Amino acid sequence: MKRRQMLTGLGGAALAAGSVRAADKPSWMSPQLPEGTREEATLAALPGKQKLIRLADRPPNYETPIESFRAAITPNEQFFVRYHLAGIPPMEKLGSWSLTVGGEAAEKQVTLGLDDLHSLEQVEVAAVCQCSGNRRGLSSPHVAGVEWGYGAMGNAVWRGPRLKDVLARAGAKSNAVEVWLNGADGPVLPTTPDFMKCLPLAKATADEVIVATTMNGEKLPHLNGYPARVVVPGWTATYWMKHVTSIQLSAKPLESFWVKAAYRVPANMFPVDQPFPTQDNQNTWPITEMVVNSVIADPVGDTRLTTAGFTIEGVAWDRGHGIKRVEVSLDGGKSWKPATLGKDLGRFAFRGFSFQTGRIDAGEYMLSSRAINNAGETQVDKLKFNPAGYHNNVPQQIPVTVA
Amino acid sequence: MIRWLPVFLLLAAPALADEPVLKPGPGQDVVQASCAVCHTLNYIRMNSVFLTPDAWKAEVTKMRTAYGAPIDDDNASTIIKYLSETYAAAPKS
Repeated sequence: MKRRQMLTGLGGAALAAGSVRAADKPSWMSPQLPEGTREEATLAALPGKQKLIRLADRPPNYETPIESFRAAITPNEQFFVRYHLAGIPPMEKLGSWSLTVGGEAAEKQVTLGLDDLHSLEQVEVAAVCQCSGNRRGLSSPHVAGVEWGYGAMGNAVWRGPRLKDVLARAGAKSNAVEVWLNGADGPVLPTTPDFMKCLPLAKATADEVIVATTMNGEKLPHLNGYPARVVVPGWTATYWMKHVTSIQLSAKPLESFWVKAAYRVPANMFPVDQPFPTQDNQNTWPITEMVVNSVIADPVGDTRLTTAGFTIEGVAWDRGHGIKRVEVSLDGGKSWKPATLGKDLGRFAFRGFSFQTGRIDAGEYMLSSRAINNAGETQVDKLKFNPAGYHNNVPQQIPVTVA
Repeated sequence: MIRWLPVFLLLAAPALADEPVLKPGPGQDVVQASCAVCHTLNYIRMNSVFLTPDAWKAEVTKMRTAYGAPIDDDNASTIIKYLSETYAAAPKS
């Protein structure tokens, strides 16, 4: 009891890390996940969050339960949390936050506060923030890393100034090729490389890329990047720098473990419209644009289904071409039927879909969904295996019984 | 952002006190003392059981070379042996 009080007094986030009661287990987890991951995963609430699926608490890695994806907007309280490094400044420290914009390929260096960001033209974009490693835990064979299921993603309405308008405050020289990003979080040990990322200038200055100060109309939750994060619609979340404190224009490629060694995919394996000329090499490219994908959020578990019929619901998304249609299958992918699309929130957002079976015979069914985007791309039948377990868009296979 | 280091250590203290317990075996103490400096020991349990002994060796090497973990050769051998005997899949033939 005394120890528990001490932990509470320190605001310890790891209180529930001990024994796991059955009630703390997620309602559903993919049977494809590693055995150790399924044993480890626990429902737990971080400050300001609802219960999410905790895979690790230091650094915090919490995924959104699959049932959240019945809605096309992911509430802030349900939005996933992902950190590489456990040095995360508390909210009190972030109160004195400022953003330095400059670099060797800038005309000058400026220091901006939140008021400065608010004084620039504000734009809103609904966009999917998806961890590059989402679904890594479903990779076959399994690969090392955080063993995410389906929920290392969310869709929110982000608001703030365009990154290009922020960069204009410092002024880009003609030799600028990359924009380097750093945030207030960092490693525990000084020998560990700080988490830094870069964008090619063409993407950094695209209209849709913003420095968000709000998320779904509220300030950013602490662990989603308070007070400001970079939002890079269409690209995986590794570029969406949280707690961003430094934006630098550079004339040369960033030499960072997080770009040169990590977050890379085999060259030419996945479609991209926009190359990363300063970081692509013959064998590997940085992971950038997301692949077209969809997820069935309901039914997934031991739902009781009857011959009166049921509704299949979920969301689809891609790298910014927009979703053209979604199809569902009840026979494991042998035949496909068109689903009804939900409201169009923009080409970078989740697109909800639903399918009503109507009256249906009793028996065993295998549910799948697949999205097709406006570039004609669809999900793959067979996993494109890569060593980090990225870009898994194999349709789910969900067995259900109608009785 | 080194100036925040003391704050991190304060924050880390309760987590360290409540670290998950790994399976018993020779070297368990070295593993817990070395790995838990930067991250929860859940990372080991989460990544089981599928890595081969060679894959665990590669992970430990990555922690030392890429992430700068201050683990000497002796302790690295102990950690690799423990993980290979306790949390590894059979080597691929």
